[in-house]
Amino acid sequence: MLIPQTEAELAAIVAEAEGPFHVQGGGTRPIGGPVAGMPLSTSGLSGIALYEPGALTLVAGAGTPLAEIEQVLAAEGQRLAFEPMDHRGLLGTEGVPTIGGVFAANVSGPRRIQAGAARDFLLGVRFVDGRGQVVRNGGRVMKNVTGYDLVKLMAGSYGTLGVLTEVALKVLPDTATAATLTLTGLDDGTAIRVMARALGSPFEVTGVAHRPDGPEGVPLTLLRLEGTERSVAYRAAEMARLLAAFGEVQIDHDTARTRQTWQGIRDVKPFHGVSGDVWRLSVKPSDAAGVVAGISSARALYDWAGGLIWVLVPEGTAAGDVRAALSGVGGHATLIRGGERDAAFHPLDPTIEALQCGLRQRFDPRGLFNFGLMGVAA
Amino acid sequence: MEMPRPNPDILARKPQLLARLSGVLPSDALISDPAETRAYECDALTAYKCPPLAAVLPSSTQQVSDVLRICHEMGVPVVPRGSGTSLAGGALPTEDSVILGVARLNQVLETDYENRFIRVQSGRTNLSVTGAVEADGFFYAPDPSSQLACAIAGNVAMNSGGAHCLKYGVTTNNLMGVTMVLMDGTVIELGGAHLDAAGYDLLGLVCGSEGQLGVVIEATLRILHKPEGARPVLMGFDSNEVAGQCVSDIIKAGVLPVAIEFMDRPCIRACEAFARAGYPDCEALLIVEVEGSDAEIDEQLETIMEIAHSHNPVELRQSTSAEESARIWLGRKSAFGAMGQINDYMCLDGTIPVTELPYVLRRIGEMSGEFGLDVANVFHAGDGNMHPLILFDANKPGDLERCEALGAEILKLCVEVGGCLTGEHGVGIEKRDLMTDQYAPEDLEIQMAVKDVFDPKWLLNPAKVFPLAASEAHRIAAE
Ligand SMILES: Cc1cc2nc3c(=O)[nH]c(=O)nc-3n(C[C@H](O)[C@H](O)[C@H](O)COP(=O)(O)OP(=O)(O)OC[C@H]3O[C@@H](n4cnc5c(N)ncnc54)[C@H](O)[C@@H]3O)c2cc1C
Repeated sequence: MLIPQTEAELAAIVAEAEGPFHVQGGGTRPIGGPVAGMPLSTSGLSGIALYEPGALTLVAGAGTPLAEIEQVLAAEGQRLAFEPMDHRGLLGTEGVPTIGGVFAANVSGPRRIQAGAARDFLLGVRFVDGRGQVVRNGGRVMKNVTGYDLVKLMAGSYGTLGVLTEVALKVLPDTATAATLTLTGLDDGTAIRVMARALGSPFEVTGVAHRPDGPEGVPLTLLRLEGTERSVAYRAAEMARLLAAFGEVQIDHDTARTRQTWQGIRDVKPFHGVSGDVWRLSVKPSDAAGVVAGISSARALYDWAGGLIWVLVPEGTAAGDVRAALSGVGGHATLIRGGERDAAFHPLDPTIEALQCGLRQRFDPRGLFNFGLMGVAA
Repeated sequence: MEMPRPNPDILARKPQLLARLSGVLPSDALISDPAETRAYECDALTAYKCPPLAAVLPSSTQQVSDVLRICHEMGVPVVPRGSGTSLAGGALPTEDSVILGVARLNQVLETDYENRFIRVQSGRTNLSVTGAVEADGFFYAPDPSSQLACAIAGNVAMNSGGAHCLKYGVTTNNLMGVTMVLMDGTVIELGGAHLDAAGYDLLGLVCGSEGQLGVVIEATLRILHKPEGARPVLMGFDSNEVAGQCVSDIIKAGVLPVAIEFMDRPCIRACEAFARAGYPDCEALLIVEVEGSDAEIDEQLETIMEIAHSHNPVELRQSTSAEESARIWLGRKSAFGAMGQINDYMCLDGTIPVTELPYVLRRIGEMSGEFGLDVANVFHAGDGNMHPLILFDANKPGDLERCEALGAEILKLCVEVGGCLTGEHGVGIEKRDLMTDQYAPEDLEIQMAVKDVFDPKWLLNPAKVFPLAASEAHRIAAE
């Protein structure tokens, strides 16, 4: 395993490389096709270079442990608003999640529907491209349209375009209190309508999820409100009134319990240790229930008001069987655990595939980085 | 401002080009009479003008695709155009180019409240997107000051922002998908009603690419339910430092206002003389707006007022009614108009880390003295996006050049303190030659490599964003 300690060292390694690399942060998110190559870890590029709470910005080495960043933010009453998921429980991996890995995989949690995705909070990047050159894009300010936005391109490219060495991100204030509203016994279709109603209100819901099989097999539809105590109390009452027609709305004002509940949803806890392949589907929310019904023997967990569906299917289920459920409705499906790893990423329209290959060839002409991971064969 | 020399070969083939274009467009959609192409000779950066070879105003996807295919085959540059409000010269044509205007593509295609999006044709104006959903309680969040006129096409191309982006983000954070036509006429869809990309985030790459990667003809936009209410508070301080500190303290306190606007003394005076909003005569003025129910607003303003008090404001005025809110915003909203009354002005758009505010304002004051040109500052303080307005006299020989030189110095200062050349207006031609101050050659090379992929012949808006010397090799290789 190569563990360069500086960006310059990494650049030199890449410039002189004779074979491919398997680029990773903490190795906790082994998503995508199998990658051959020398393991190359960013964990040596660690440390917070700058944190200005009054400017809501933080700059850190790509290998900085996520936990370190979250701790430093918490000390100032701030947080990563996009609430990145911890994949370790779901994937059975060990290791230390890094901030670079979070952005490379564009990992966002339940708050994505209200606050935005990881990519929306990434202000700037430094990375080493496939020629061993250090490239900078974006910066550390919140508004920046100077040149092309390669920051967005790098987010979610799983290290296939370059090795991130440093990231600048926007952080936000944490909230004092959080509450969970629960409706029980709704079928998937009704739950989707309830969630749409909640999101279409002015009450700023920051989490909207549905568990068709809750603890005792009873479906749970969950909403999260965050803010000051008074504000949360007010909005919870208004929301309960708004949704009264769909059944009794239970309000849990316990902030600690709410955090735990949503961490469970964020990390897809219901599927931890349960055998089967796990898929992540991104769809138009109103299509969600129909899509799930179209996959045989599927268990689902809906987040993002239905826009994100975690689907558990029997081991070895063909990728085509899952993706068939999306035909005619749009969206995409990514295999996260088990199954045919070569088919992990959704097939693309040929023109878009060609654009991707073109980008790939320019950024990494020798195909050194995570070749095959996203199925982008250059 | 240097532009590439028009290609004589293209000029000579104008008749053939027009003949082919007229085969795919209705006659009123093809403009080539020099008296009429003049309407497309510039955008809102009016110091630079050049009529195009022709302008086309397609009204269907097929027409856009046909026009691009023909221009591609004939090697004719195309400059996409929305409403022409760019302040960076993004829509400035060259003599040998075709302006492709999307103004006739202005329909709402789909409104979906359940999934909270609207799909529109890109020529639709920003404000009329909100207009289409407002009656049902929804709005489209990015709100550039030019929203009455500017089109979604330009917003996507420039990744435009607005006064409320501290809370809601800029265009890229509210854009879910586009339909785009590549230079060879191929139509592609990026994103849609679902979230996140299936592969690379090409949507994020296209947003802010200044019409150089493709022609955007449709956009899927996130719409949100309107907040229950909003109210501002106005604060005056006797120093920029204190005002800057106050902004930082508000943010640190954990309240997230929807807007924090800042005006300095020259700007306050001009606005006051123009709009009579009742602003205090002081060094720095902040307008801080929060949203929510009445009680929620009160609670947030309580915290904000407390922080403001601790900085000894010379004025602190909390709005308690819609009328008072309007008065507080009146001066700010008329800032550009007020400046226009006094003088010609150039509006800069650099962004700086919020913490550098006092230093940068002091330096701008010094530079203004050195160049002998007044500068008024008005900007989005929460996110550090500055809009220094340099006042000059266009009729006075040498004034424009001096103004541009001062502008360049101010933007370099923004970069020097860790910021950037442009926060929301884009590079266009205006900041093109400063790109090397912010980016190293390899940083620019890889951006140009992206254009190589989307537009291998470098025909889409080729003379923008990158210094001509830097892009020359790419443009020549493409020929
Ligand atoms: C008074 C005033 C106030 C302003 N306030 C703000 C503000 O608050 N925030 C802000 O961000 N901006 C502001 N602007 C700048 C400007 O309004 C924005 O940049 C706006 O998005 C431009 O939109 P447009 O439709 O006028 O685009 P145009 O000026 O027509 O074009 C702008 C760019 O977009 C490209 N383009 C146009 N159409 C397409 C298309 N279909 N496909 C691909 N590329 C295309 C053009 O080639 C050009 O590069 C202001 C301008 C003025 C004059």
